[in-house]
Amino acid sequence: MTYIVKPQFHHPSLPTNALGFTRRDYEGKVSTLCAGCGHDSISAAIVQACFEIDLEPHRLAKLSGIGCSSKTPDYFLGASHGFNTVHGRMPSVLTGANLANRDLIYLGVSGDGDSASIGLGQFAHAMRRGVNMAYIVENNGVYGLTKGQFSATADKGSKSKKGMVNSDSGIDLVALALQLGATFVGRSFSGDKEQLTPLIKAALTHKGAAFIDVLSPCVAFNNHKGSTKSFDWVREHNEAVNRLDVILGRAPVTASYEPGSLVEVAQHDGSVLMLRKVAGDYDATDRGRAMTYLQERQAVGEIVTGLLYVDPESEDLHDALDTVSKPLNALSDAELTPGSSALDKINAALR
Amino acid sequence: MTRAIAATNDFVVKFANVNGSGSASANGLFVKAILRMGVPVAARNIFPSNIQGLPTWYEIRVSGQGWLGRRGGVDLMVAMNPQTWARDLAEIEPGGYLFYDSTKPMQTDRFREDVTVVGVPLTALCNAAYVEPSKRKVLKNIICLGALTCLLGIETAVVEALLAEEYASKPALIPANIEAMHIGFNYARDHLAPLGLQLERANAVGDRIFVDGNTAAGLGAVYGGATVCAWYPITPSTSLAEAFTDYCGKLRHEPETGKARYAIVQAEDEIASIGMVVGAGWNGARAFTCTSGPGVSLMQEFIGLSYFAEIPAVIFDVQRGGPSTGMPTRTQQSDILSTAYASHGDTKHVLLLPEGPGECFEMGAQAFDLADRLQTTIFVMLALDMGMNEWLTAPFKWDDSRPLDHGKVMTAEMLEAGADFGRYKDVDGDGIPFRTLPATHPSKGAYFTRGTSRDQYARYTEEGALYVDNMERLLRKFDTARSLVPAPILRKAPRQTSYGVIYYGSTSPAMDEALAGMEARGLNVDALRVRAFPFPGEVFDFIAHHELVFVVEQNRDAQLRTLLINEGGVDPARLVKVLNYDGSPITARFIQGELERGMGAVDVNMTGEMAQ
Repeated sequence: MTYIVKPQFHHPSLPTNALGFTRRDYEGKVSTLCAGCGHDSISAAIVQACFEIDLEPHRLAKLSGIGCSSKTPDYFLGASHGFNTVHGRMPSVLTGANLANRDLIYLGVSGDGDSASIGLGQFAHAMRRGVNMAYIVENNGVYGLTKGQFSATADKGSKSKKGMVNSDSGIDLVALALQLGATFVGRSFSGDKEQLTPLIKAALTHKGAAFIDVLSPCVAFNNHKGSTKSFDWVREHNEAVNRLDVILGRAPVTASYEPGSLVEVAQHDGSVLMLRKVAGDYDATDRGRAMTYLQERQAVGEIVTGLLYVDPESEDLHDALDTVSKPLNALSDAELTPGSSALDKINAALR
Repeated sequence: MTRAIAATNDFVVKFANVNGSGSASANGLFVKAILRMGVPVAARNIFPSNIQGLPTWYEIRVSGQGWLGRRGGVDLMVAMNPQTWARDLAEIEPGGYLFYDSTKPMQTDRFREDVTVVGVPLTALCNAAYVEPSKRKVLKNIICLGALTCLLGIETAVVEALLAEEYASKPALIPANIEAMHIGFNYARDHLAPLGLQLERANAVGDRIFVDGNTAAGLGAVYGGATVCAWYPITPSTSLAEAFTDYCGKLRHEPETGKARYAIVQAEDEIASIGMVVGAGWNGARAFTCTSGPGVSLMQEFIGLSYFAEIPAVIFDVQRGGPSTGMPTRTQQSDILSTAYASHGDTKHVLLLPEGPGECFEMGAQAFDLADRLQTTIFVMLALDMGMNEWLTAPFKWDDSRPLDHGKVMTAEMLEAGADFGRYKDVDGDGIPFRTLPATHPSKGAYFTRGTSRDQYARYTEEGALYVDNMERLLRKFDTARSLVPAPILRKAPRQTSYGVIYYGSTSPAMDEALAGMEARGLNVDALRVRAFPFPGEVFDFIAHHELVFVVEQNRDAQLRTLLINEGGVDPARLVKVLNYDGSPITARFIQGELERGMGAVDVNMTGEMAQ
């Protein structure tokens, strides 16, 4: 068989979360990606984030498109339903799933080819509709499964493994997400789990379209000199604007912070985002200034990371459609079918 | 001199208008007035892909006998569009009538000698009565309606009542409209003789309703329990989503909170529309999209995913002619093959083939049960003719004791009781596996959905034998569908015959009339109306029991015939094509002519297929 099941037993001393789950309960099958792939670090961060926010694993639905990154949902949250959809179309499938049951948490996993090339349209429209989800792009600037072609996020002037220079401008999904109305936008690096894990926690608890662009170097095809998506390049140019802690609603705030350096953002579900400022007076609740700041820093070659924007008053697609609180997939026949007496009235109006 | 046609409750009126001139509502009133007199009417819009300025026609068949297909030919042309004058004039039957606006004198060589010309100075009458340009535009149509009311013997009280209903929400407009109607009526009464075409009160409409197929299908989706609609505007399907929206607004709000028990998303394109439908279906909601041929083309990849990953979805395809710049406002049945075998890989899909608004409602609801039961895409195949034109049909019916069929969904209780859940496992031989919905159980029943690279337990594999096993099961499932879809309807000729005819969809009204016409001539042909694909066994039995079977379709390539040959191994020589695909709805005259020719019943040169 070409699938591998991970053993379920674990050391009795493994820590448990508030629900009594260990981290192992959030894991999935053994990854089939290349050894050292940045995507596996992101999967590990997702496992850690779900463990830390005390998520019931089966209450999350994980959806992806096609590509290396889109294979990863099989490698975490084995107790969750997952859906490997078609190339570039995860956003629409996730939107439909979300409409059917508003009570679950939705995690969309995609790549730069999946979201910035073939799926740019669906990415854009899911953002502007405010679909309640965490949308993670595992961004390596290259097509891995088809062996090394540039993707649409490859920077202009960057060099492929075969020595070709990219002449097209790179698409910055973070800038697009901000412009399109995403209510949570972050960027991180697969090599910085301390930054990435809280971002994922915050995205999962955010109401509305939460987007995280995660630079995730491809060790097989895009980790060479001349690439702007290599481990070395990203490390050297990474400029974090803030550090994030997510405090769940029920937990009292115990950590102490230096006065003046901290911004608290309360989310709908009661969780609080504690943002420690790193870069000057960066305000993560100001969309316009966030966009300007990103442009300025990008111009000098910096990769700005952290929680770049969050709207604490965010609304989602269900708010816009004013749907009932009961999931649509749980409505009874009587709630759905108006019956014969209503039909008689309709008939009468058609004569 | 040709004798003027004299007919009561049996003639065809055609309005030649300019798109955007406000004629549609007056035309609608004309039709309703005839229906209210108890006389059956079939009305068809023939309109261009244009908002304003191009020619548009409205063809009304008055049939006391109740024939609802297009008859062909025109007895009275109401020629209001100078642009199309010549062809409109040419279309009138010998002995027919031409009604025109005689405000400007017309040269005599622009008329026909064998046609009775009826001139009413509509513009002059209108301008004399009204000063404001907006009133002049709208009320000219009502003056015209008044003149026709007089000339054809329509009861004025009926027209007055309709005008009062039409403007019930703006009562101030009612007197002006009634006055305009009388201006036209009085002019005709004082200056013209009634036409040979007359209406007489009858009782042939009964309790039937007058409704278009898109409205009926949208309502069917409400009754079928659809909660998610994702769609992209495309003629001629747009009004289906709009009807669903309207009916949901009236019927689907939670009484306590006023909140919506449905979600409708106008997507960015057809690909996103079907993606949302697939996502919602995967998560246990009943979901649909409505589109036309070009949209189905764009949806191909997802349709395949729905087939292989076994996800319920419903697609209403309101068929039309051609591609994007083809004949988007003309009717056809030309998506049969592109839906039946949609997508890449080995796929086959269930098609439901409603014959008119009544079945659009029934099948529109049933499609959702079938999608859940069969866990696949169900196509409901309308056509522009039935989708966008109001047809007279029996009132909609709903059995309150009928539960929705949600198919094989494994519950937490079943998992807890130790059920062996294999997402793609055939448990009872019908080829249909159980599915779980996300979040069913904390530790059991979760699986990873993907295309075909998996085993019965949804575990990843690329093994050939397991792939074949799965593909064979999908065929068994398709075979199960055969017994679940609507059965064909047989109509036997009075006498034993070796001739058969197969037809489907919006050909139905014309076929009813053609069959009656043949029966009157003593020609026997058995008829079978196919209502779904996969074809139930009766369809092939019918073919086997007849030497020659005509297959009547509204497309160029005889698509249903191809499907019959391919699926049933039928000898092509025994299936004769009868095809109408110029964009106008098929007529009884055409069908009867083709069948009679094919049966050697008329002494004329054979054409097309039969000539060979």
